[in-house]
Amino acid sequence: MTFLTLMAAVLALATLGAALIALLTRSTVVAVLAAGLVSLFASVLFLILAAPDVAMTEAAIGSGLTTFLFFFVLGRLRREGAKPQGTKMEGSK
Amino acid sequence: MTTRTAIPLVLLALLGTAFFTLFAGYVPDAELNRTAAYYANQTVAETGAQNVVTAIIVTYRGLDTLGEVTVLFLTAAIVGLVLAHSKAPKGRSGSGFLPSGELLTTGTRMLVPVILLFGAYVFVNGHLTPGGGFQGGAIVASGLLLMLLADPAERFSHGLISRIESSAGLTYVILGLLGMILAGGFLDNRILPLGTFGSILSAGAIPLIYILIGLKVGAEFSSILTSLEETEDAE
Repeated sequence: MTFLTLMAAVLALATLGAALIALLTRSTVVAVLAAGLVSLFASVLFLILAAPDVAMTEAAIGSGLTTFLFFFVLGRLRREGAKPQGTKMEGSK
Repeated sequence: MTTRTAIPLVLLALLGTAFFTLFAGYVPDAELNRTAAYYANQTVAETGAQNVVTAIIVTYRGLDTLGEVTVLFLTAAIVGLVLAHSKAPKGRSGSGFLPSGELLTTGTRMLVPVILLFGAYVFVNGHLTPGGGFQGGAIVASGLLLMLLADPAERFSHGLISRIESSAGLTYVILGLLGMILAGGFLDNRILPLGTFGSILSAGAIPLIYILIGLKVGAEFSSILTSLEETEDAE
């Protein structure tokens, strides 16, 4: 019991740390990864709190799908940024 | 400048105080309340499911789950509708894509089958182990997203996705109605024999319903992701 409490406390601190990194970092990639890490820690925390179903949802959607989606959109932004500036500046239709 | 930093700090402090009072006043219940005790005691006898959470989601609160799936469907439909206006012309990639790199391409080829298999495993075993339709569907969709990441020009058949989605939804509702005719009520799982407790073909219609939910959720997420991919870049 005490071991689980200790582990939960460490995980909670790690979650807070990852959230702070996500907020304070200048690099978008690191911020996305840190946000995914928050979800991952939270899902382990749910597991310790005896809610494996919620933990699974959090891991699949929070840290899996959302992180992938952010990288996907980042890739698109980079692609658009890589285009010649002239066509990009003409504004959207 | 100081007020701009002060206001979020004050708000944060207020939020922290609210959460702390909640935390300080928390006393764990000595025993389950009546609803929880009913679920804990009766689930195995009534539904034959090993995972009580699944039994509650699919059977006791099945109508709510149908509502949730409908909300997700509406989201997917609206995203498709909005993004259809900026859809890239056929045969063209949504944007001139950059190659994604050897590591990602090879890794994707190796991992995607495993991810899809794991997703299917999660929703087929929903009544036995933690997890179920929503989680499995999300895992399947993230496998698909990985394929899109590796090759942005990859195209998935919208017809196939929407056929899977609509037939799964329709079968779900029909199973629910069958529950009204053959068993105790809408979405009652006892239209099929309960089987041996703990085996994969047990718990009546729960595995069937959860597979349908998994397919539906997977198809909905996939349709959102492919719609996002196929939009044209702003030019």
